[in-house]
Amino acid sequence: MRKSVLFLLVSGCFLALASVAAAASCPTVQSGQLTVGTDNPAYPPWYAGGTSKGSFWKLNDPDTGKGFEPAVAYAVAKQLGFAKSQVKWTYVPFDKSFAPGKKSFDFDINQISYTPARAKAVDFSVSYYDVNQAIVVNKGTKIAAIRSIKGLKPFKLGAQLGTTSYQFITSRIKPSQQPAVFPSNAGAVLALKNKQIDGLVVDLPTAFYVTAVQVPNSKILGQFENPKGQSTDRFGVVLAKHNPLTACVNKAITTLRKNGTLTKLQKLWLAKATGAPILK
Amino acid sequence: MASEGDRRTDLEVDRRSRIVESLRSGGEGRRSVAIALLSTVVFFGVLGYVITHAPGWPQVKETFFSWSEFKSTFPEIARAFLLNVKIFCIAEVFILVVALVLAVLRSLPGPVFFPIRALVIVYADVFRGLPTILVIAMLGFGAPALDLKHVPTSTTFWGIVALVLIYSAYVSEVYRAGIESVHPSQEAAARSLGLSRWQTTRRVILPQAIRRVIPPLLNDFIGLQKDSALVATVGAVEAFNQSQIDTNATFNFTAYLSAAVLFVALTIPLARFTDWLVARDRRKRQMGRLA
Repeated sequence: MRKSVLFLLVSGCFLALASVAAAASCPTVQSGQLTVGTDNPAYPPWYAGGTSKGSFWKLNDPDTGKGFEPAVAYAVAKQLGFAKSQVKWTYVPFDKSFAPGKKSFDFDINQISYTPARAKAVDFSVSYYDVNQAIVVNKGTKIAAIRSIKGLKPFKLGAQLGTTSYQFITSRIKPSQQPAVFPSNAGAVLALKNKQIDGLVVDLPTAFYVTAVQVPNSKILGQFENPKGQSTDRFGVVLAKHNPLTACVNKAITTLRKNGTLTKLQKLWLAKATGAPILK
Repeated sequence: MASEGDRRTDLEVDRRSRIVESLRSGGEGRRSVAIALLSTVVFFGVLGYVITHAPGWPQVKETFFSWSEFKSTFPEIARAFLLNVKIFCIAEVFILVVALVLAVLRSLPGPVFFPIRALVIVYADVFRGLPTILVIAMLGFGAPALDLKHVPTSTTFWGIVALVLIYSAYVSEVYRAGIESVHPSQEAAARSLGLSRWQTTRRVILPQAIRRVIPPLLNDFIGLQKDSALVATVGAVEAFNQSQIDTNATFNFTAYLSAAVLFVALTIPLARFTDWLVARDRRKRQMGRLA
């Protein structure tokens, strides 16, 4: 009896110590809470489930856990030892996610592509999704008959500000006309609808959303790979530079990749967003 | 009117001579210069010390004032700045003409022209009240959506149209102030000499009015130069948009500094020039010459 009480006490102490140690090595902005940032509106197919009445969020509430990115965020939170109720979402405009100074979030999950230059300013997690750039055009226009990257050169292309899509246009397609760059998804989509641009370059899942919902009578002309035949982009969550939490998040994402959770979530939320001819 | 002007001139001369006097007489004058110098040095010294010794300074220095980033982004932002120059130069030409027409229409006398005057007033009120960025977004995306034949869909084109609409409203008010500042006796004299109403406006009123409002016109031109950056909202890659692109590519904000340097390099000389014009104008008037 006494022995078992002692055992319980000791093991209790160990457990407490272990959790304190875990908390110390994986510190969060608000202790006992994981603060996750994303932009507003939270666009499909990355976010899903719609909004509740009077919600601050547009298009989708992230805290329903529906959609690929909330699902990944909650899976990571679980790996870090946070219950669903301990995860709080906060609005982080894209520019704010990498501005220096104290961060209001633990990590920001908002389809942000890793590049070595960006990684000088913030910490990136390992990839939770590898993705290709793709191009959306209006059906029946001249560009709709093009089948190669080279063939895209003479056209007026557009991208959204802040995306690696613009870099992709200037570094790989190298069009003869200055591509247009829109500060918002809404502007870019409107310009395509108005035929102010011939083609809009976005990541593939977004391209599926654009063609299905935003621009009637448009189609995905194709997707691109990098010269080695790999994905053009890999999405990582963004953390403050030198944040000790990065190692914890990396470990969590690696586990989720190994145990098949990421693949399962992709199938669940992004299944419709795959498969388009590859332009070379 | 004339006597009031004279009195103001007297006061001005008086104030100036007192300052010069106190400087010459040494003692108090020199002391105040020394105090001004010292307080300036102390103020900026303390400000500089506080900023550079802030805990986040190394990071701010790296993300906002990185020399290597500045060097690598400056050339392409300078290239993009040429689009700003194109936008505000084309816009300014149209603004000066459209606004003058509006101002003349608004100063048409008599009850017959009431509808025209009312329209111009409504126009000036509406376009001075609307935020520039909204007009640019509405025209830049809205006008091409009409899908009209032979109407350009270029966002730069519609951006320029929006700037012309907004600034014409402001500038027409500037012209109007100039026209109203010309004494009614001028018009009466011209008419009594047998000049028609149009001739009076064209030969007597406008030359005096425009000369008087050149400084505020330049002032609005400076505003227009800065607002050319708003055309970025509809997709034109001008200096501000290019600096945003660079910032988003590297997560380093120094590119904004490159854009700021370019804008300031253009607007500051113009602002100095405007001040010089104002000063020259005042000197001329003080010397009793008619402006």
